[in-house]
Amino acid sequence: MKEAFKGRVWKLGDDIDTDIIIPTQFLALKTVEDMKKYAFNPLRPELAAQIQPGDIIVAGKNFGCGSSREQAPEILAALKISCIIAKSYARIFYRNAFNNGLLLLENSELYDCCSEGDHVSVHLESSQVLLGEKSFEVASIPTDLLQMVEAGGLVPFMRKRNGK
Amino acid sequence: MGMTMGEKILARASGKDLVKPGEIITAKVDLCMSNDGTTHLNIDIFENQLKAEKVFDPKKVIFIVDHNVPSESAKTAQVHKKMRIFAQKHDIPFYEGTGVCHQIMIEDFVVPGQLVIAADSHTCSYGGLGAFGTGVGCTDFTSVMHTGEIWLMVPETLKFEIEGSFKAGVYARDLILKIIGDIGANGANYRIMEFGGPAVKKFTVDDRVVLCNMAVEAGAKTGLVEPDQIAIDYAKARGRHDMNLFTSDEDAVYEKTYQYNLDELEPMIAIPHCVDDVVGVTQIGEVKIDQGFIGSCNNGRIEELRAAAQILQGKKIDPYVKLLISPASKAVFLEALAEGLIDIFVESGAMVLNPNCSVCWGSCQGVIGEGETLISTGTRNFKGRAGHPNSSVYLASAATVAASALTGKITDPRGFVV
Repeated sequence: MKEAFKGRVWKLGDDIDTDIIIPTQFLALKTVEDMKKYAFNPLRPELAAQIQPGDIIVAGKNFGCGSSREQAPEILAALKISCIIAKSYARIFYRNAFNNGLLLLENSELYDCCSEGDHVSVHLESSQVLLGEKSFEVASIPTDLLQMVEAGGLVPFMRKRNGK
Repeated sequence: MGMTMGEKILARASGKDLVKPGEIITAKVDLCMSNDGTTHLNIDIFENQLKAEKVFDPKKVIFIVDHNVPSESAKTAQVHKKMRIFAQKHDIPFYEGTGVCHQIMIEDFVVPGQLVIAADSHTCSYGGLGAFGTGVGCTDFTSVMHTGEIWLMVPETLKFEIEGSFKAGVYARDLILKIIGDIGANGANYRIMEFGGPAVKKFTVDDRVVLCNMAVEAGAKTGLVEPDQIAIDYAKARGRHDMNLFTSDEDAVYEKTYQYNLDELEPMIAIPHCVDDVVGVTQIGEVKIDQGFIGSCNNGRIEELRAAAQILQGKKIDPYVKLLISPASKAVFLEALAEGLIDIFVESGAMVLNPNCSVCWGSCQGVIGEGETLISTGTRNFKGRAGHPNSSVYLASAATVAASALTGKITDPRGFVV
């Protein structure tokens, strides 16, 4: 896992549910690559095409609430979002995200201080996010979880560990 | 220091005498279940990535086709086929078109005291029988299906003390909507919601399931009701006798306790697009509807169908409104047939559908179009949940949905019931 990285901010609100991240009618599409074009479709249909690899989503409270559909974190990982920084997460989404190699960070103040299009830099070694001169603390993520994210999720991590 | 019933279930599952909130345990799972929402992904991971050969125990892994049934496209048919082949190969229980997965689990598998993991967020329903059910994604599920184990953090418990009794036209559905409206969509995030008090002790298993099922809509890991004779009788009547009756200790520690009195409760409505945006039916104003839906793992059981039938009996629904009714399971459907409820529904102008997730899943039946409004007994009213991104979903009790289908607008059911 890169210890520090920078990314452009896309700002989403509170209670971004998994039906917004990937609506039911797109779940039967064959691949995650097909599905990712519809990320956030009910809320901002144009957004998926605008997201570039390395971008960062900054959101309010309870990100990922609702259904346990794992395609939600999977398509965000497929869009190559470098991390999400939200005020809080729904618990099923939290597990699913790390299991799919998507890094989640928690901070309650950044959301109210940043604007869409801002650039923030994430420093994992010091558990900080910088917005210009301002610094925001995030809880540190244990090394094995970071290794799992780096491997691309739980399954590739287990395969790597088992040498398969 | 005592333990809550949820802590006791997790202690047993992890082979410990005592667990505390915040502790991470490795627990043995009593049952695991997956449905056609995501099972095709589990099978891919299991066979192609993990290269696993066997499930941990074929009697404890259950596959249920309930989300897109009967299949509406070649794609979902392929998903079902994949599940069918896997279930046959591994000789695991397999259901297709028999009902909503959680209702099947409650009718055919769950007993008090179990730890149940399933790849569906509404797995928290099993608390209605005093079992700890929690939802996971397909990666976690695949690991459970393979190893029979899962790591879990022991959550804090919130207690909901309920007293009083429902007024005519008010139901468990209204109570859980009220609670979620009060505490918010993440008001119980990572926590257990334990429902108790003199009112809940008198609740049927159906009503207990209504409360626990929607715990996840407040962010909870599970919802629980202490098992008593009502829960024991339910399991025994279905031939299941081996169970663990865990109840909370007098000195158990709760993060917070909430009090509710049913005497003061009115019919409640969750308005678009959040489950926690809840108002009383008397504050809703005039809201015209295009469709009503009665069904789902939250509210498609016999008691809800009876409540709807009482209102629809001898009447016709508004000619410009569709009313779709899907009993939660084959057993519920047969009971409704025997009681004459299906006749009442059909004669009123409602469409009666096969048992499945139906309109609540928003992809196979009763999808709504642009600008349309649905009033539903489903679990969620998220933007676009029932079809077009620009459509609206209101959540209410079966009685409120039935009354609204008669008038064509959201209607207080209390004027229709005795």
